[in-house]
Amino acid sequence: MIATAPTQRSPAQLAATALTLRQRLVSTSAAAKIPHLGSCLSCVELLVQLYWQELHLDPANPEDPERDRFLLSKGHGAPILFQVLAERGFFPLERLEDFGKAGSVFHEHPPKPGYIPGIEAATGSLGHGLPMALGMALAARIQQRPSRCYALLSDGECNEGSIWEAALLAASQKVHTLTAIIDFNKWQATGRSQEVMALDPLAAKWEAFGWHAQEIDGHDFAAIGQALAAARAENERPSVIVAHTVKGKGVSFMEDDNNWHYRTPNPQELAAALAELETV
Amino acid sequence: MRDSFAREMTALAAQRSDVTLLSGDIGNRMFDRFKEVAPARFFNCGIAEANMMSLAAGMALSGLRPVIYTITPFTTTRCLEQIRVGVAYHQAPVVIVGTGSGLSYAELGPTHHSLEDMAILRTLPGLNVVAPADSAELVAQLREALNAPNPTYMRIGKKGEPALHGQDARLGIGKANLLREGSDLLVVGVGPILGEALQAAEALAPTGISVAVASLGGVKPLDGPFLAAMAERFPHWLSLEEHGITGGLGSALLEWLADRDGPAIRLRRLGVPDAFLHELGNQAYTRRQLGLDAEGLAQTIRRAIEERPQ
Repeated sequence: MIATAPTQRSPAQLAATALTLRQRLVSTSAAAKIPHLGSCLSCVELLVQLYWQELHLDPANPEDPERDRFLLSKGHGAPILFQVLAERGFFPLERLEDFGKAGSVFHEHPPKPGYIPGIEAATGSLGHGLPMALGMALAARIQQRPSRCYALLSDGECNEGSIWEAALLAASQKVHTLTAIIDFNKWQATGRSQEVMALDPLAAKWEAFGWHAQEIDGHDFAAIGQALAAARAENERPSVIVAHTVKGKGVSFMEDDNNWHYRTPNPQELAAALAELETV
Repeated sequence: MRDSFAREMTALAAQRSDVTLLSGDIGNRMFDRFKEVAPARFFNCGIAEANMMSLAAGMALSGLRPVIYTITPFTTTRCLEQIRVGVAYHQAPVVIVGTGSGLSYAELGPTHHSLEDMAILRTLPGLNVVAPADSAELVAQLREALNAPNPTYMRIGKKGEPALHGQDARLGIGKANLLREGSDLLVVGVGPILGEALQAAEALAPTGISVAVASLGGVKPLDGPFLAAMAERFPHWLSLEEHGITGGLGSALLEWLADRDGPAIRLRRLGVPDAFLHELGNQAYTRRQLGLDAEGLAQTIRRAIEERPQ
């Protein structure tokens, strides 16, 4: 069975979806006191483009062996991924009412597959998702399945040696069905990602490792769509999309303020955030 | 054991389309036949074990049955977190094979010794931890691991290990066998070092000391019914492993004994002391130095019996 093709939405529809997701994310995180808001807000457009325009997935049949695989290698982005999966129809939105509650499977990081439809891997410890996605891409090649595999990484995650181990092997194995997307929001937990370790020039590093590298504005749907299409057209090298993003994007007082890696909004901040998100 | 592993992997790859072999850049020429039989299912993953382990987990989650092969420390402690998260937590049915385990590579130094692997890996939920004593046990456990729903870690020797199990042995994961009958004391062990115990038992027989030798096959799961039967028969046990004294088979047996109701057992643990070894020789030399060769074991057994309270 061929996995369901992605939906086709207009840019305006995609932007509306992104706005809705940001509203729900901020509200849910405030209620549940779950952090990493900045990291979630920076990758909303990337996830929306992937889940509505790119990935071959069937929310009604989430374990279709021929589906594309998306792994949230930056597992601390789980709060926004949960919102995406609910909106895309993998499970009812009401399930997120349990988000952050004791005994719930919806917490700061994705659990292993089998608990939340659409989750392909338990991540949270950085540097695991890309190698796992590489394994899935090699499996698809062996099994002669059409699945493409995607991993969304953070820039801080590129500190992990396992990312570069995977980069080297994916290039030698010519795994062109693998696409890594880096949510390059310029911050990691306690500092500027360019300063903590010498990431710069990030795209050139990937290129030097044998990857097809593109640099884009990670909040521009058209640019994301074009980059994903170019990655699909590449038939030799694995692809990386270095997506320049703003941590905390969409809420002015969260943008590029790394305190929102840890903080959750108080009632006044929540109201102010929602007011901004309603007036876009 | 290495050659038996390569042979069996080749046979399994010919029979099954899901068996995949990942090597950490070792086994020069060893897998030539495998590569002929299943060229698309052999991957030299380079000297990059963390990636190799997560990659195997990804393959297993997609329905393949990957088998990882490299020298024991590199496929265990080097990439422990990838085993813990990718393999054990996901219950991804990967088979992790550590070659040259224990003191097989004694003269290569502590970087190549593996004296902690069983202790560390048996703490991970849902991961079988096996240590075949000979090639027959290795083959049986490998076949079973490739059909199991959960992952398995297997520590093996290198080459030239003698066959220890008889034709009628009940081999597999969590299956123990009595290699030699006896009445005075039970040696209960895992791995090829059991060959030394059998020689010690043979040497002691003419002196009137009758030693039974059991092969447990691994440390997780333990063969509970077998151990319970042994506990009924033998009040004195010696555990034997080519592994550090902390946390391995001896410790697993003490835990099993502590948590059960039944006759009191006096268990003494034999293994490598809690120290790194750096005055090096080959495996035979090192076993001798540590009293873990046949002669040293015979002395330990004799002393244990002589010092026993009457």
